[in-house]
Amino acid sequence: MIIEGRVHRFAPNDDINTDYIISGRYKFKIDDMNELAKHVMEDIDPGFASRVAQGDVIVAGRNFGCGSSREQAPRALKAAGVAAVVAKSYARIFYRSAFNIGLPLVECDTDWIGKDDIISIDLGTGSVISKTTGQSAKATAIPKTMQILLADGGLIPHLKKHNGFALE
Amino acid sequence: MIASVDYCMSQDGTSTMMIRELESLGFTAPKTVKGMAMVIDHNSPCPSVEVAKIHSKMRSFSKASSIPLFDIGEGVCHQVIPESGKVSPGDLVVGADSHTCTYGALNACATGLGSADVAAAAHTGKLWFKVPHSIQIAVAGKFSDRVGAKDLALHATAVLTADGATYKSIEYTGEAVQSLEMDGRFTLANMSVETGAKFCPFACDSKTSAWLALHGVMVQGTVFSDEHAVFEKSLDIDASALVPKVARPHAVDNVCDASTLRGVQIQQAFLGTCTNGRLSDLASAATILKGRRVKTGVRLIVAPASRAILFQAMEAGVASALLKAGATFVAPGCGPCVGTHAGIPSDGENVVSTANRNFRGRMGNNKDVGIYLASPETVAASALMGEITDPREVQSR
Repeated sequence: MIIEGRVHRFAPNDDINTDYIISGRYKFKIDDMNELAKHVMEDIDPGFASRVAQGDVIVAGRNFGCGSSREQAPRALKAAGVAAVVAKSYARIFYRSAFNIGLPLVECDTDWIGKDDIISIDLGTGSVISKTTGQSAKATAIPKTMQILLADGGLIPHLKKHNGFALE
Repeated sequence: MIASVDYCMSQDGTSTMMIRELESLGFTAPKTVKGMAMVIDHNSPCPSVEVAKIHSKMRSFSKASSIPLFDIGEGVCHQVIPESGKVSPGDLVVGADSHTCTYGALNACATGLGSADVAAAAHTGKLWFKVPHSIQIAVAGKFSDRVGAKDLALHATAVLTADGATYKSIEYTGEAVQSLEMDGRFTLANMSVETGAKFCPFACDSKTSAWLALHGVMVQGTVFSDEHAVFEKSLDIDASALVPKVARPHAVDNVCDASTLRGVQIQQAFLGTCTNGRLSDLASAATILKGRRVKTGVRLIVAPASRAILFQAMEAGVASALLKAGATFVAPGCGPCVGTHAGIPSDGENVVSTANRNFRGRMGNNKDVGIYLASPETVAASALMGEITDPREVQSR
């Protein structure tokens, strides 16, 4: 699967926590992900929700998605149109939850990717290419378990399809 | 690997997504060994019509599926669940809250997950896991007066950094850890996720067994690392060299000595949460505040971790000491930690708090609010002085 989209980057670059992705001010009272999507990244980039377009890609540094377990974080990003996240590393809960709800995460060095670049990600081969600069990188292979979950459309669809876990 | 899950839980910020998934799966009853529970603690009592709908959905689901619900005022999930006797040594517990790792204090492997994972565990009784490598934190020596588990937790977070233990299991060992009462071990296990850790199991000793017995759990078997255990990394910390620590805005690993922050004025002080809302935490603060008043202009908010703890604090005279010092008690639960209600700071204010996170906007306002994380003693001393204060600089009463 190939994902191609415009890059969004934030300050801070590292340790973007799930509070920053979707603030507790909203996530505890809004149960509709399309409504929550209007507030994604608000505390570190107030204009993001109105700028992001369907198919765009978030690029960050280390430990993306740290902090709270709120599954609203990957869900609201997906509802906002984000097609994938490319980061140097991810926090554990966010990593699982993103694949569980069908948001692909790609792990590679990201220092070379510019804000507003158009990048192309091949989830199969792990190749990440900037169409803007021509630079590229090879991402860590997406683990088999996550590939299966992604192919099945997430964890719950996976359980329904196989009537239980079929990850091995 | 696919492992059998002993128990699972969710709270009012994560339950509706879990309920939707369970309903779509045709869920009837949990297949986890000891069942599951839901807790209303993050918005408790309910602050708005929108949240009332969420709480109402949890209550109906609880009734329809016979799943125990701890409703408003029972306390923070990570105190209420252990108090309910559902966590035993050797258990594998998952919860839709990142601080589920707190139960590691009871010699369990417990970890936070998203709502879909918890729904999967409840529905199938199983979940997939990677077996983590372990990091040992060996703490020798004795803690000095007014230095304790929170200072150690903040120090360890600074050394490991915010992602230093991602996907790892942390094991605290050593004389200083053995000397800690259960409340302090809950604090350490709770904060382990701030370094990315998955589990933080503590050894089961006579203190663990006594705590469990008090809550109706007889210890039948325990898990432990033997002398040949291989750790990916070992940190050595000397407890006697530790001093009161503070995590400055806006990162938990942005730690310094409390004494270096003298002069940082605070407008709010918060004592509570799943990190430090237990009886010994409230009692430690009371030893500093007893017979005194907090500085004019400082709002001291106290949220006991559970109804049982509030009651114990009343019986022990701790609650009255804090009230007389000017504290405002809010319902047992998460209090203002997550910024939903009960103590949202104003623009430009500083808060000193016993919570576990100080991210920008965490307490409900992102307009130049600084959250400083510290021990109950440091929070009490700071509330008294109106500025961040090393508690060793304040005389006991």
